[in-house]
Amino acid sequence: MSDSVTITIDGRNIEARPGQTILEAADAAGIYIPRLCSHPDLKPIGSCRVCTVVVDGRPQAACVKPVMDGMVVQNSTPELLQHRRNIVDMMFVEGNHFCMFCEKSGNCELQAMAYRFGITAPQYPFQFPEKEVDASHPDILLDHNRCIMCARCVRASQELDGKNVFQSIGRGFARKIGVNGERALGDTDMAATDKAADICPVGCIVRKRVGFEKPIGQRLYDTRPIGSDIEEVRA
Amino acid sequence: MGAMESTIKEVCKRYGNSRARLMDMVRDVQEQLGHVPRESFALIAREANTHRVEVESVVSFYAFLTDKKQGRVVLRLCDDIIDRFKGGGEVGAALCKALGIGFGETTPDGGITLDKTPCIGMSDQAPAMMVNDTVVTNLSPEAVPALVEALRRNPDPQALVTEFGDGNNADPLVQAMVNSNIREAGPVILANYRKEGGLRKALTQTPDEVIEDIKISGLRGRGGAGFLTGLKWELTRQSPGTEKYVLCNADEGEPGTFKDRVLLTERADLVLEGMTVAAYAIGAETGIIYLRGEYAYLRRFLEEKLNRRREARLLGNTILGREGFNFDIRIQMGAGAYVCGEETSLISSCEGTRGDPTDRTPFPVVKGYMVSPTAVNNVETYCCAARIMDMGPGWFASIGTARSAGTKLLSLCGDCERPGIYEVPFGTPLGEVLKRAGAEDVACVCVGGPSGQMVGPAQFGMGISYEELSTGGSVMVFSSQRDILEVAGAFMEFFVEESCGYCVPCRVGNVLLRSRLERVRNGEGTKGDLDYLRRLGESVKFSSRCGLGQTSPNPILSTLKHFRPVYNALVKDGGGTVNKSFHIMKAVEQASAIAGRRSEIFHA
Ligand SMILES: Cc1cc2nc3c(=O)[nH]c(=O)nc-3n(C[C@H](O)[C@H](O)[C@H](O)COP(=O)(O)O)c2cc1C
Ligand code: SF4
Ligand code: FES
Ligand code: FES
Repeated sequence: MSDSVTITIDGRNIEARPGQTILEAADAAGIYIPRLCSHPDLKPIGSCRVCTVVVDGRPQAACVKPVMDGMVVQNSTPELLQHRRNIVDMMFVEGNHFCMFCEKSGNCELQAMAYRFGITAPQYPFQFPEKEVDASHPDILLDHNRCIMCARCVRASQELDGKNVFQSIGRGFARKIGVNGERALGDTDMAATDKAADICPVGCIVRKRVGFEKPIGQRLYDTRPIGSDIEEVRA
Repeated sequence: MGAMESTIKEVCKRYGNSRARLMDMVRDVQEQLGHVPRESFALIAREANTHRVEVESVVSFYAFLTDKKQGRVVLRLCDDIIDRFKGGGEVGAALCKALGIGFGETTPDGGITLDKTPCIGMSDQAPAMMVNDTVVTNLSPEAVPALVEALRRNPDPQALVTEFGDGNNADPLVQAMVNSNIREAGPVILANYRKEGGLRKALTQTPDEVIEDIKISGLRGRGGAGFLTGLKWELTRQSPGTEKYVLCNADEGEPGTFKDRVLLTERADLVLEGMTVAAYAIGAETGIIYLRGEYAYLRRFLEEKLNRRREARLLGNTILGREGFNFDIRIQMGAGAYVCGEETSLISSCEGTRGDPTDRTPFPVVKGYMVSPTAVNNVETYCCAARIMDMGPGWFASIGTARSAGTKLLSLCGDCERPGIYEVPFGTPLGEVLKRAGAEDVACVCVGGPSGQMVGPAQFGMGISYEELSTGGSVMVFSSQRDILEVAGAFMEFFVEESCGYCVPCRVGNVLLRSRLERVRNGEGTKGDLDYLRRLGESVKFSSRCGLGQTSPNPILSTLKHFRPVYNALVKDGGGTVNKSFHIMKAVEQASAIAGRRSEIFHA
């Protein structure tokens, strides 16, 4: 196997390593493909579909699709941007996201994605589902109202912490993140030092007693859009 | 040690305490305890060498598994649209009345639980329901009181079966009132055939020659997607790995499809012969039949078929005297999940986990069951393969069309005189099929089930084939008396229910599609809502992860295309400015209730 392949993203030729995903190759080349469930430290699972690109005419999730020599990828066509916006809108209406009261505001990847896409209000009706808040753990709060089911916590606990604190339970719209304890998070072996405690892209898993330590206005995405760190590689 | 604990220990031991058999363990626990109690999760996890939450994850995924206490008898009324149109709703009401409970409830004495379930594969004898594993067909509201009375006296559901159905349904190991309803046999699958002729012929050839024959025949998968079977076998054979697997997809979850049920009943040996041919071609020693939970009543019959084949040296070691050709088959029971028909979900389910699909790179032919090369094929595909080996690839290729070789089994149901199984050569026009089934007044036909297309008379001249009207078998007929959008709505409900929820567009998009269609059907929609449906539907199709979400908007998109006047009649207004779904009275209702007085301005 050769140690480099060439793919095209939006007409630009880029070099990639075999085994890399399209998303990884794009990152290295300074091209940002929007994503929410994907995280550089975790195995990709392709669940949010925000990273959908068109590969040789077919939709594919860039975070899971490995590169192949000669691939032609479209990333920023008006159609793709519309599909991605629609997906982000769906995430907002399937949960209960009150960004203005949320400790994650400004550091939230979902909120930041909405800003990047210019979404001010979702086009779909809010579903107002009834969700639980699990405050049983001494150091960590689990607020299912804000969960987007990216399963980062599931993977982080398994892959980074060597535990199995989280897993998906239920199916369809009722699907949710379950915990490996008789009743609640407090019954599990989750520790404040777990990597899984800091991996949530939204405000579903947050630490207790550190809320608003950094004032809103000075947070990660308050000053620059999500993805700009990747795009700066190119500049 | 408590009773529950010893039951669990015994069950888990039955499956070698292997985590990969978790699905069987929880099924057996439920069979013995009536449900899988939450208190048992940790115990099962310990015995199966896994985590508590993994057990909960499996139990909460499958519709037939539950952690809630149920009655000794569980009634699952089929809630498919065909059943509803045949009076399923009235049967449901009669059941509620006779039992004094609603759906999802259990009688106060803890005896009987009443539930609904999507299509159980009996649409040609609807309305039907499952009573535990026993199937009761052709229900009527009048028959319900006696049926409930009988169950109260004797909770053995089999006692409800007084007359057996046709063919092997009367076999001592089946004893079902189900009918096979074979209306027209074709030359390939339902014709009389030379038993084991295909397998014997295959063994005179090398595995590569067998694969070559299947390729020449042009056989494509009968499960819906139409992938070339020869190519699939070749890829599986060529993929590196010492263990290889042959999986038979008998999940048959697409509403309106019941031809695999009939094949398993009337052509079980042909299915198993085809699987054995595949095993020889691929170099597999293990096969699995993934049998949908709804067909559990066929399990003993199939187990016995496997036993007889072992005795006849058609399975096991040194098959038909061929040194080194060893192959055996086990049955994996499903538990009520349409998505498990998707091949990667099916594999996950066989591995004992929840049935979320997995990424199809690498494909199952490279890394499938137990991360080994695996060929998953439909029941009917295996039948075709066995016949091709016996009769020759040229014979097969001469039937059907250039791109769709052979015949197709159709399961016809709905508004027609003769619902049942038809084996037709590919290319047969839909209208011709309708005529043979005695369907005279037809406004709409759903070809391929909810995930297929809803077409009207303008499309009846098109042929049944991969290139024109593609179907895994389902053909549902709707007369001019039926509300086409009620059908589409029922299909959307089905997808909402069956989405695994893994990816966002399918999990959320289908819920949104369903409720907006509902708004339109209620006459509260605008033209803008039709646009909303189309665009949202396209996004769900485009960005969903697996075939379920990639087809779930079809009931809406195909009716928007073929039945636009029906929608237009519902959204008569010109523009999108007036929101007809907004009711001021409804809007102030809640506030009035809180305030404890009626609105001064808006009141009845
Ligand atoms: C949601 C979903 C459900 C499916 N259900 C079935 C099924 O019940 N039976 C089946 O044979 N194929 C089903 N399929 C297709 C399978 O994924 C797979 O393509 C097929 O089993 C391959 O066998 P074949 O090539 O012989 O058709 C389903 C696919 C999807 C996406
Ligand atoms: S499309 Fe997505 S949510 Fe729907 S069944 Fe497939 S993986 Fe699950
Ligand atoms: S980032 Fe690729 S699917 Fe979520
Ligand atoms: S701001 Fe996004 S979850 Fe709270």
